[in-house]
Amino acid sequence: MSPLSRREFVAAGVAAGAGLVIGFYLPHGASSKKESFSPNAYLRITPDNKVTIVVARSEMGQGVRTALPMILAEELEADWKQIEIEQAGASTLFGDQSTGGSASIHTCWDPMRKAGAAAREMLLTSAALTWGVPRSSCTAEGGRIKHVSGRSASYGELSVKAGTLPIPTDPPLKQAKDYKIVGRRVPRLDSPAKVKGEAVFGIDFRVPGMKFAVLSRCPTMGGKVSSFDDNESKKISGVSYTGKVGDSAVAVVADSVWGAMEGRRVLNVAWDEGPNKDLNTAAVIASLKQGASKKRSSLYSAGDPARVTGRRISAEYQLPFMAHAPMEPGNCTAHYQGSKCEVWAPTQVPQDCRDAVATAVGLDPDQVKVNVTLMGGAFGRRLEHDYAVEAALVSKAINGPVKVIWTREDDMRCSTYRPASLHQLFGVVDGAGYPIGLTHRIIAPSISGQKGQPTPNNVDPDLPDEAGPVYGISNYSTDYVMTETPVPLGWMRSVYALQAAFALESFIDELAVAAGKDPLEYRLHLLAKDQDLQYFTTTWHTARMRGALQLAAERAGWQKPLPAGRYRGVACFGCFATYMAEVVEISMENDQPRVHRVVAAVDCGQVVNPGILEQQIQGGVVFALANALRAKITIEKGRIVQGNFDDYAPLRMEETPLVEVYAVPSGEVPTGVGEPPVPPLAPALCNAIYAATKKRIRSLPILNS
Amino acid sequence: MAEITLRVNGSEKKVSVPPGTPLLWVLRDTLELTGTKFGCGAGLCGACTVHVDGEAVRSCSIPVSQVAGKSVTTIEGLGANGLHILQAAWIADEVPQCGYCQTGQIMSAAALLAKTPHPTDEQITQAMNGNLCRCGTYERIRKAIHWAAEGAKNARKEIAESGTPRAQRDNGGAR
Repeated sequence: MSPLSRREFVAAGVAAGAGLVIGFYLPHGASSKKESFSPNAYLRITPDNKVTIVVARSEMGQGVRTALPMILAEELEADWKQIEIEQAGASTLFGDQSTGGSASIHTCWDPMRKAGAAAREMLLTSAALTWGVPRSSCTAEGGRIKHVSGRSASYGELSVKAGTLPIPTDPPLKQAKDYKIVGRRVPRLDSPAKVKGEAVFGIDFRVPGMKFAVLSRCPTMGGKVSSFDDNESKKISGVSYTGKVGDSAVAVVADSVWGAMEGRRVLNVAWDEGPNKDLNTAAVIASLKQGASKKRSSLYSAGDPARVTGRRISAEYQLPFMAHAPMEPGNCTAHYQGSKCEVWAPTQVPQDCRDAVATAVGLDPDQVKVNVTLMGGAFGRRLEHDYAVEAALVSKAINGPVKVIWTREDDMRCSTYRPASLHQLFGVVDGAGYPIGLTHRIIAPSISGQKGQPTPNNVDPDLPDEAGPVYGISNYSTDYVMTETPVPLGWMRSVYALQAAFALESFIDELAVAAGKDPLEYRLHLLAKDQDLQYFTTTWHTARMRGALQLAAERAGWQKPLPAGRYRGVACFGCFATYMAEVVEISMENDQPRVHRVVAAVDCGQVVNPGILEQQIQGGVVFALANALRAKITIEKGRIVQGNFDDYAPLRMEETPLVEVYAVPSGEVPTGVGEPPVPPLAPALCNAIYAATKKRIRSLPILNS
Repeated sequence: MAEITLRVNGSEKKVSVPPGTPLLWVLRDTLELTGTKFGCGAGLCGACTVHVDGEAVRSCSIPVSQVAGKSVTTIEGLGANGLHILQAAWIADEVPQCGYCQTGQIMSAAALLAKTPHPTDEQITQAMNGNLCRCGTYERIRKAIHWAAEGAKNARKEIAESGTPRAQRDNGGAR
């Protein structure tokens, strides 16, 4: 990341007597272009000694409301106990506020540090001027400026004068050895409210006089409402309104959620089932297979795998559609009031919600206020804004505040799904069995393409960074065939990296087996040489991948024999600029794998909060294990088959392994850990199953194979 | 519509709702106790778990008419005098991520400890297996339950040693 100029980094907004206010620009995505100053978070220190940090990223369980403030508080030399957090709503003042791509820590690290450091320097100057002493005789510590004489003042006391001072352009930053907050297991700020039932999630938010709505949405993809009969609905107690929402849904509004659900149960809708009414899973898979022979785009190319000679090995892998299924079903509260509309949304994309709501109800974006609530999980589902648009449209129709609630079945059947994909792997190995040529061909529909976003050179823009090469094989190519599907697509935790890693790391295992070599030693051999692999926007260092792999193997006791009936598999992968390696230990019970232990090692640079890191990696592994074992969305007659947690079953306690987490010590800029733990799990598990059974699983989910 | 009286967190509540309304929606919409969560509406996830006469119950799947005259405890009423020992354990063991399912998890765990003050791993799995968590916090939940059970044991020991016969209402295991 290039150093931020003063204009980009900080601009003082000083209201007389208001204390010290520093805005700072947080770029989103490593490739973000410089923008003119547009603050999207604020540090506010007021004379009553409150230190408020406004977080402009959404909290969906990943801990940003604790971890981001820690970074700033560290440089500020704040007293952690005095920090208060404020969630930012959507604003035109802010940069990109979307929360995704495991990017929050990575992209906020530098600007958050500099903002904290700048404020600290200004408070030091403020104290020196107030006391008439040399600045060098003052130090910042624990939320106070102290003078060598023993005199001291709180940040609050010094805030008004500090706010009148120029903002330092390049404040000194602390050395890692001096960190007091960063790197510590600071307890999450949101835990007490969450265990007491006081945390207000989107579904809990109330506006006085608010109604509740549930929608009957067309069960076939791309279908529409022909007509509806609401006679029975209106007999249900509390039902006050029914009406079309867009072309493909009918809302039932009542004074309780249950009333609205009952009203919908007896609503009679005639559907125009549309062009996909005969679509089924087999047709979708066939379209992927047909795609294999279509024109390919190159994602990565080194040397020329087609021109090397040696023993050829190939394999094909296949993955299904999957659903995010966060615990909190879709919901949004909206209040349309003619010239304005206020929305309370559990969203990862407040600005998209604002813009989409504005378009839907015919207002300008600045007439729409989006408040970001806590989220009961998201995993990418809340990167969509469908629920916000629905709520705004229903509010407009009834001219009053309303909360739209989705049932679990709505959430499962009217969602956006991880794209199904097909992967063809072609390897050429030398006499010792190591690959001298490798081609990974990815055939999958494009999420962005389906949403009408740009796909330069027929490549989904997310794909290159999520299908990166792990190994420095001299002739290596990754290519892509973009297919189309009517199945709605969405970005789901680790996006395409899950598919890419399953195919690639299963194939590497197949090559190791063909070579008669230990799969760990085989991978370490491929990573033995220090190489920097420039791949789209990321430079991958084989040394860091090797470090993570060695750490996982060592902690898993790879060299030690396992008890009878236990088997291991390993996989490593890098995505979102983070390196992960996982060793999975299983036994087979009734032909099914039982996972006992997962050892995960990560290199994500400087660890900000080891407690949150552990949570994210344990959670990512459990999420990935459910995906690998049985997550599968299927289609019949244009409809999603699965509806609830019985036929789309997340992992339960009885199936959950122990997950040990280890981080490679590092002072590199921190990178995210929300998504990187997901991709290596499925291949590591399938590699363990191969070790146990000599049966290679090339199609997910495992329990279907 | 029916007039139904139930005891919620120790207070008598009269509600006027269709008798088939699931307890969940009476708690959330009528009584505005939103700590009890909607997850699946089919008794599959446990996010809506409350206690009815001390038993863990999926409030999404029980009509309010069936709890008339009964005593309902929700997460809001669990720690009558501050935090329940399980809530303290949940914070200490850093259990919650998104936190949405955790109130239901805690209610299931509290019902377990009330009957089985020192559960084995197997008893914990059996009691908690109906509660889903998409953030994957299960092993932390297990640890927190053990911690709370230990805490309860220590609390009882302290009571025994100090001779204070004080009822530990907040203490799920020591009731």
